[in-house]
Amino acid sequence: MTALILFYAAGFVVLASAVLAITRTNASHALIYMVVALLAIAVIFFLLGSPFAAALQIVVYAGAIVVLFLFVVMMLNLGKSSVSRERALLTRGIWTVPSLLALVLFAVVLFALLSGDHEAGTQGRMIAPKEVGIALYTKYVLAVELAGVLLLAALVGAYHLGRRYLSDRREEEESS
Amino acid sequence: MMPPIEHVLVLALMLFCIGAVGVLVRRNIIFILLSLEFMMNACAMVFIAAGAKWGQPDGQIMFMLILAIAASEVAVALGIVIQMARRFRTLDVDAVSELRE
Amino acid sequence: MSEVLWLVPTIPLLGSIILLCTEGRLPKLAVAVIGSGSVGLAAICALYVGTNVIGTGEWHYAETLWTWMAVGDFNPSITLYLDGLSLVMTGVITGVGFLIHLYATGYMWEEEGYSRFFAYMNLFVFAMLMLVLGDNLLTLFLGWEGVGLCSYLLIGFFHSDPANGYAARKAFVVTRVGDTLMALGLFLLFRELGTLEIQAALDSATIAWSDGSGINTAICLLLLGGAVGKSAQVPLQTWLPDAMAGPTPVSALIHAATMVTAGVYLIARMQDMFMLPGPAMHWVAFVGLVTLFISAFTALVQTDIKRILAFSTMSQIGYMFLALGVGAWSAGIFHLMTHAFFKALLFLASGSVILALHHEQDIFKMGGLWKKLKIPFASMLIGSLALAALPGTSGFFSKDAILLTAYQESSYGLLFWVGAASAAFMTSLYTTRMILITFFGEVKTEPHDHSRINMWGPLLVLCALSIGGGWLGFMVLASYMGDGGVPLEFHADAIALLTIGVPMIGILLGYLIWGNRAIPVDKLATSSVGQRLQRFFHGGWGFDWIYDRVIVNPFVRLAQVNKSDFVDLMFTSIASLTAGIHRIVTRTQTGELRWYATNMVVGLLLVVLIVIVQA
Repeated sequence: MTALILFYAAGFVVLASAVLAITRTNASHALIYMVVALLAIAVIFFLLGSPFAAALQIVVYAGAIVVLFLFVVMMLNLGKSSVSRERALLTRGIWTVPSLLALVLFAVVLFALLSGDHEAGTQGRMIAPKEVGIALYTKYVLAVELAGVLLLAALVGAYHLGRRYLSDRREEEESS
Repeated sequence: MMPPIEHVLVLALMLFCIGAVGVLVRRNIIFILLSLEFMMNACAMVFIAAGAKWGQPDGQIMFMLILAIAASEVAVALGIVIQMARRFRTLDVDAVSELRE
Repeated sequence: MSEVLWLVPTIPLLGSIILLCTEGRLPKLAVAVIGSGSVGLAAICALYVGTNVIGTGEWHYAETLWTWMAVGDFNPSITLYLDGLSLVMTGVITGVGFLIHLYATGYMWEEEGYSRFFAYMNLFVFAMLMLVLGDNLLTLFLGWEGVGLCSYLLIGFFHSDPANGYAARKAFVVTRVGDTLMALGLFLLFRELGTLEIQAALDSATIAWSDGSGINTAICLLLLGGAVGKSAQVPLQTWLPDAMAGPTPVSALIHAATMVTAGVYLIARMQDMFMLPGPAMHWVAFVGLVTLFISAFTALVQTDIKRILAFSTMSQIGYMFLALGVGAWSAGIFHLMTHAFFKALLFLASGSVILALHHEQDIFKMGGLWKKLKIPFASMLIGSLALAALPGTSGFFSKDAILLTAYQESSYGLLFWVGAASAAFMTSLYTTRMILITFFGEVKTEPHDHSRINMWGPLLVLCALSIGGGWLGFMVLASYMGDGGVPLEFHADAIALLTIGVPMIGILLGYLIWGNRAIPVDKLATSSVGQRLQRFFHGGWGFDWIYDRVIVNPFVRLAQVNKSDFVDLMFTSIASLTAGIHRIVTRTQTGELRWYATNMVVGLLLVVLIVIVQA
């Protein structure tokens, strides 16, 4: 029973902070809301019997990825001017079409979800990190390798993109 | 006792739609990326729920792969954001529409 | 026996490749050595193989090189096949070919594209050798088309003059008509007998159609169509006179000695099929008869020395067809060989005259040349005597054999004999005219002879062959041709005497008309009927005129109407449709990220909807 209450509470937190996150004008505030949402998702993962995933969600997502976002936001130094510019961009009219689209999508998938016949409930078994680890390094070892290659490629790509080239700097100096 | 799987799925679906709205509405590239993260989390949640339903570790492994993808995506995307800020002096994606016919 | 037959076509091919790849950067002397030397080497190889084959006593020898292609049951091999017939042809091609190449090293010395010329010539020799040595009809067809290509390239050799290009195209297109017929014949043959190997096809044809068959006749007539095109016989003869636009050695090699006799070779090669009951043989004989008759008359009124020889070639090949048609196989091939000797001689000698007169070809602008151009004159004289078939020359033996066999033909013997004999009379008449007008009388243009040994040497060799070639024929041919060779005995009856006498009467008459002008023909020539007749003969009996009006002009008009090809419309409409769709689709490429994202969401929605509807 406590688990159910916890689930609905966490679900509410996720949705609320997600909505807040995408409607903010200040990027830093939005990121903080995002962290809240991610932590609430971690709670849901825990409730679904996946403690390892919950831990990873907190460490990698809420920890590393969001911090990366924050670094960039600080580096770009988005100040008050950007907040007012954002506010000007977010007019009321801009929301209608995407929201309608999303609502239709929601309705359609919900219909699909409810019309399908499937057993209700979960088996309610906790899946320990050990089990995950064994599956990861036996059955999914190729996927691990691929993920490693992907991360390496991303590393090289990010390094290359983030670098300041001499010609860029000259351009910047000329324009400033 | 675990939460009913349908409810988790509906929650994931809502999160996904919120993320989609964010991608479509926002013009600031930082917010678009942020919304993308929500959509990815929704997917991850579906995987976890499915893993829980069948009592298999595969769902969590998929989540980890999503995590790897998200990390790579963010790294590259933020590199692009930095380049964009340097070259165009804006984060507005509508201002950066040079890749057109 | 060491297998060197493959070297015979390979050496000229190598020579051609070397000359083509160096693109004329070699010095002229090297080109001359490679160009004529390769054919000379091939001739030596051919001689070696030939003596070996004769020495073994078996009259054929095959050398399989490799399998060309394998498609189901159809797997033709590249096999070189040497028997009496192909040995004669190979000897003519390499032997006479070598002499002509040697002559050409001098004749073409001053011309542009010296290396290109010899590259084409060597390629031609290769293709011609493939034609006669191939043991299946596919290899033969390869050579057949190869010589057609080389003929085209060499007729249009002086390509700066558009008229030469036109002549080359005409030759190519007209022979193409024949080639198409021949290809159809090959298809039919393959469908019926399932093989293109010549010996196998002949064997199964004689078994399957021993009582004669419409299909056999159809195949024979289609092959005859190919032969008619290649050998410039009626009705596809119009290209040969125009082909004289090429350099004179080309006329000698391709349009007198070798390529134009390919049709004769083809029919002789397929003789077993032609001999089966059916009208095919008569068709061959009549084609030959009509051609030799028409072209003999045409040659009488020509003024261009090379065109005279061209029409004469047509008429001599007509004799060969006649010989084949009446079953005198070895006489026909014998005439092919002797004709190759004396016609090559005539062309080369006329080439020397033309060169000495700075490319003047009109015989009425020549005259009195015999004192200045002694060797060309002697050569021309000997060649003409052989052409007119005076007793003792090579032409006499072969032509005599043809005429006598034609007379003995059961159904139309007398007709054949009268036609051929009257054409023989015309032959001696126009030959006399050519000699008398060109070399006697008053000097009209001063000649400058600067020929060296490489030019008059071949002339002398060919002179010897033109006189003595007849004896060679008895030795080589008599023993192994299908019908036991040329009959050696001479009948003393009236027909035989008349056959011998006709050319002499012609020469005598010719002397009376153009020599001492005892018979005035000017009055006849200037009368209106005479002039009209002359024009008619001059234009080759109006074949060109008819073809221009019936085929060429309507086709040109059709092409003009259909300038923007309506068949192209199919393809251009596809292109424009694609371009139109492209224009529409490019509208979606706005470069705006959110527009793309919206589309993706819509797409996702559609996919989900489809899945739901499906389920």
